[in-house]
Amino acid sequence: MSHRELDDMLGKGWRKPHFVKSPLLRWGLTLGFLAYLGAAYLTIEIDWGRVYAGLDRGWQFVLSFTRPDFISRAGDIWGGLLESIVMTVAASVVGIAISIPIGLGAARNVAPLPVYVICRGIVAVSRALQEIIVAILLVAIFGFGPLAGFLTLSFATIGFLSKLLAEDIEAMDKVQAEAIRASGARWMQWINYGVQPQVMPRLVGLSMYRIDINFRESAILGLVGAGGIGATLNTAFDRYEYDTAAAILILIIGIVMALEYLSGVIRARVQ
Amino acid sequence: MPVFDKDGAQVWRLRTPREKLIRLGGWLIGLVIFAICWQRISEATTWFFVWDAPRIANDIWTRATPPRWEYITQLGRPIWDTLNIATLGTIIALFLAVPVAFLAARNTTPSKLFIRPIALLIIVSTRSINSLIWALLLIAIIGPGVFAGVVAIAIRSIGFCAKLLYEAIEEIDHAQVEAITATGASRWQVMAYGIVPQIMPAFAGVAVFRWDINIRESTVLGLVGAGGIGLQLSASLNVLAWPQVSLILLVILAAVVISEWVSAKVRGAII
Repeated sequence: MSHRELDDMLGKGWRKPHFVKSPLLRWGLTLGFLAYLGAAYLTIEIDWGRVYAGLDRGWQFVLSFTRPDFISRAGDIWGGLLESIVMTVAASVVGIAISIPIGLGAARNVAPLPVYVICRGIVAVSRALQEIIVAILLVAIFGFGPLAGFLTLSFATIGFLSKLLAEDIEAMDKVQAEAIRASGARWMQWINYGVQPQVMPRLVGLSMYRIDINFRESAILGLVGAGGIGATLNTAFDRYEYDTAAAILILIIGIVMALEYLSGVIRARVQ
Repeated sequence: MPVFDKDGAQVWRLRTPREKLIRLGGWLIGLVIFAICWQRISEATTWFFVWDAPRIANDIWTRATPPRWEYITQLGRPIWDTLNIATLGTIIALFLAVPVAFLAARNTTPSKLFIRPIALLIIVSTRSINSLIWALLLIAIIGPGVFAGVVAIAIRSIGFCAKLLYEAIEEIDHAQVEAITATGASRWQVMAYGIVPQIMPAFAGVAVFRWDINIRESTVLGLVGAGGIGLQLSASLNVLAWPQVSLILLVILAAVVISEWVSAKVRGAII
């Protein structure tokens, strides 16, 4: 700030600076936002009577968390949960295994241009399609069951992991890799000793995170018939068996928390 | 660093024999687990359908192309609903996430022993349950429609936003807070002038980021009856109107790409 501005400001009260500096843009954004809110509110249909009538049932659901029912549908719950876990493990293994070569191919400093374009294309397609839509298509093609879920999760894992792995490889330290290359290493050795040690901690961390996501997603694939706990959960909601639904939700939350804790421990050890 | 003597010459290896053995054992156990999982998936699969899959996929492809372009006139309202679900859901989520984040951050929580664990529990439980499951639940409670979708997206986003926000709050520069405190400011004034300006960029970034994710999620909420373009998708799938399905998928793809572009632009402008 120049002296001139400081002189001008002397003796005046201090005002908090605004987050958006340009007043035209600020007021434009505010007005546009308010107009949008008004339009949205007018076009949304809310049946307050129905909402009010449902509050009682909502309260019943909240209460059911205090007395979850693991027993009366135990067979369905364990079967579904096991299927979810099996799908998660298999899909994570396959997804990670495939995403490593694709991740290498999608890194500009490792792969030649044609390979780069193809791999980036695969990543873009996989990221743009949501799991549930992929699951619908795969169920239509491969039939009901955990195979469709397994393929869906593998496909989604590839997009997520390859992209982040490729970004990590592109940001790696060139000096180390060059030193390995200067020792006369072949391409495979160069990747193995020059690139891999640099990206390994992040790869492990991201893989753990993805396993966590895969489990969460596997809980909804059952809604469209792709196997897992989702089908049981859907049935429980449809039959208004909130105690069973609460039990399933508690199990999902518990497993996600355990996975998160585990991934925290592993990530701390790797780094 | 394991270096061995071999015929008088020194040979370097990456790992000692013991380390190698442990690693081999780990890989073996992993392989066995994967084999068991694959076995279970394979048992639950009707392999006849899988061998038939290429023919089915080809069949669906011929039915789905070309998309029924004139159907797009009926998609205006569902798109508007989808946009509303995502935007209003994000706004509500942010209103709820801010207090949760302040209660969860180590440096602003009133009580580390009692209130922080509760806030963290809210964050974990809302985050680990997919918005489709929240939508299922809310439809059972307050009835199908756009409103259920808005609430489902809002609840699901609380955990995500609060987690990123409280991490930002924990990373603030303490000197500024101390300077405001030294002027004799009250607790709320410290918050408004010492903490909020520091987390404002993070807040805006999180909001746009989550809005982008919510656009993705709200496109499929209709599958369970919570409004938006997913309703049309589900209806078209049920009557096997594949040309409409392909058009809807294209529209969803466009929406996802546009929202990602907008979010990247806005975040680029903030940071």
